[in-house]
Amino acid sequence: MTILVIAEHDNASLKPETHKVVAAATAIGGDIEILVAGHNCQDVAVNAATLSGVSKVLVADNQSYADQLAENIGLLVADLGKSYSHILTAASTTGKNFLPRAAALLDVNQISDVIRVESSDTFVRPFYAGNAIATVKSQDTIKVLTIRTSAFDGVTQEGSAAVVAIDNAHDAGVSSFVSGEMTESERPELGSARVIVSGGRGMQNGENFAMLEELADKLGAGVGASRAAVDAGFVPNDMQVGQTGKIVAPELYIAVGISGAIQHLAGMKDSKVIVAINKDPEAPIFQVADYGLEADLFDVIPALNEQL
Amino acid sequence: MKILVPIKRVVDYNVKVRVKSDNTDVDLSNLKMSINPFCEIAVEEAVRLKEAGVASEVVVVSVGDKACQEQIRTALALGADRGIQVDTDQKPLPLSIAKLLHKVVEQEDPSIVLLGKQTIDGDNNQTGQMLAALAGMGQGTFASELKIDGDKALVTREVDGGLVTVALSLPAVVTTDLRLNEPRYASLPNIMKAKRKPITVTTPEELGVTIESTVEVLKVESPASRSAGVMVDSVEQLIEKLKTEAKVI
Ligand SMILES: Cc1cc2nc3c(=O)[nH]c(=O)nc-3n(C[C@H](O)[C@H](O)[C@H](O)COP(=O)(O)OP(=O)(O)OC[C@H]3O[C@@H](n4cnc5c(N)ncnc54)[C@H](O)[C@@H]3O)c2cc1C
Ligand SMILES: Nc1ncnc2c1ncn2[C@@H]1O[C@H](COP(=O)(O)O)[C@@H](O)[C@H]1O
Repeated sequence: MTILVIAEHDNASLKPETHKVVAAATAIGGDIEILVAGHNCQDVAVNAATLSGVSKVLVADNQSYADQLAENIGLLVADLGKSYSHILTAASTTGKNFLPRAAALLDVNQISDVIRVESSDTFVRPFYAGNAIATVKSQDTIKVLTIRTSAFDGVTQEGSAAVVAIDNAHDAGVSSFVSGEMTESERPELGSARVIVSGGRGMQNGENFAMLEELADKLGAGVGASRAAVDAGFVPNDMQVGQTGKIVAPELYIAVGISGAIQHLAGMKDSKVIVAINKDPEAPIFQVADYGLEADLFDVIPALNEQL
Repeated sequence: MKILVPIKRVVDYNVKVRVKSDNTDVDLSNLKMSINPFCEIAVEEAVRLKEAGVASEVVVVSVGDKACQEQIRTALALGADRGIQVDTDQKPLPLSIAKLLHKVVEQEDPSIVLLGKQTIDGDNNQTGQMLAALAGMGQGTFASELKIDGDKALVTREVDGGLVTVALSLPAVVTTDLRLNEPRYASLPNIMKAKRKPITVTTPEELGVTIESTVEVLKVESPASRSAGVMVDSVEQLIEKLKTEAKVI
């Protein structure tokens, strides 16, 4: 049994999501190999080789993989994947984009958002916005899984795997990268932040998020948002937490002016400690909060900023 | 230019489902069913492309039992021209859905297939990508903007780090994200008009696809519930609790 983990990276550095996917692979058991597909991505491969439990790192360094285009990576993963028992990657927007393509080309089903490994063929995943948890058994010859990284602790970096370059260029020729508009932020990414402060429609506008950013900086926190705050244009899309946004599980999640719709709860209710600040005592967010404060956020947040 | 929009009948997004007491599945009896919200966004986008003169025909297709004709009618009332029901009582997995849709794509030959990025029941986020792979097409997933430029589609995608724009040769697959558009409400005259629009029915057998289920559901459980928390009276008390009780700051 050999497991292929596809690394998440930006050609320069390995994302911490991959450490967690390797943890899921470790729970399955067997040899673990990592594929780094990209361009000028040698540093990523060297870093991936240090992940504990990994025996080999394959590097497919080619211009056609530079932008992680799903059409090209999908062909590569389907080609290599034939000789593995399991293929795993993070349930990130990158993983969700290419892995179903590879699965279809391999003529197997994919199991999305795995939160627990029961055995080499049995996995646990949420559906219906996390309101139900299914234990599923795969009869496919190759198990293709995306891993919900918030449910796993990353492996340590005590390994020293061999790094092997592979000459395997695929270009489907049907898509090309035009441009990217990446959000620049000094704050921790939502996926790895220990504390997250999120704002909702109650924030009223984008300028008011400055208050939350100040609070976040005092706590070393990342900043998130509800769909309503993103739709209203207060903050960019990559801050959306929820069923169809980012799934997070920090030590502390502070929800400010967020009502607590099912879809929002789906993205944060596995946080260790939840604080809700809302002026409506009936807001459903209070039902999942460890600490609730029924008050006007425009009084509470400045007071927190002053007292912390 | 023709646009094909695959849509799914799902439990309404406002409904909180419960797990059956025998742990075999969720209980959907007597719950409100709707068109999957992301599919509704896909229908809206297709209709807008038609209204803008870019598309000439919008065809919706749904795989499901007879009940899904209700959602096909909803899409027709929103402005789609005709519907196709792929009739089955089974609940196929995304790979089988993609194979069925692939056959429909071969018959209909659309320039764009517009799907939702995700169904809110299965939460799979797979079908569009699988269909694109089977059809050998490019894909623009999680789209927040779609522009047709000659023989190319320019798709702006919502990704974890921000936004990425890709150019796809047509025909192509596009899957919708929440901010692509805000779907309209069907007007009464359009609901009446939709009743006369055609829906054709086909079957997996006619399409030559065997529905295979290689993933067996062993059990379905409710998520662990959180124990009730406490209300605090002041900012001071909140800080105190977080420091000494929860020890998270
Ligand atoms: C298909 C689909 C997918 C979705 N995916 C997501 C998702 O991934 N993530 C997500 O978040 N949502 C998602 N939603 C949307 C979700 O249903 C809710 O509409 C959304 O979460 C509401 O955001 P909100 O809580 O900020 O706004 P509201 O529900 O409007 O709540 C605002 C809250 O702020 C409080 N408030 C207002 N002013 C103040 C004040 N001065 N002080 C204190 N409190 C105040 C109010 O009491 C209220 O509770 C999705 C919906 C659909 C249909
Ligand atoms: N039974 C179905 N019939 C038609 N289209 C479907 C069906 N199931 C899924 N789809 C399409 O695939 C998209 C993604 O679904 P999923 O991969 O299940 O999350 C949906 O938004 C639909 O556009």
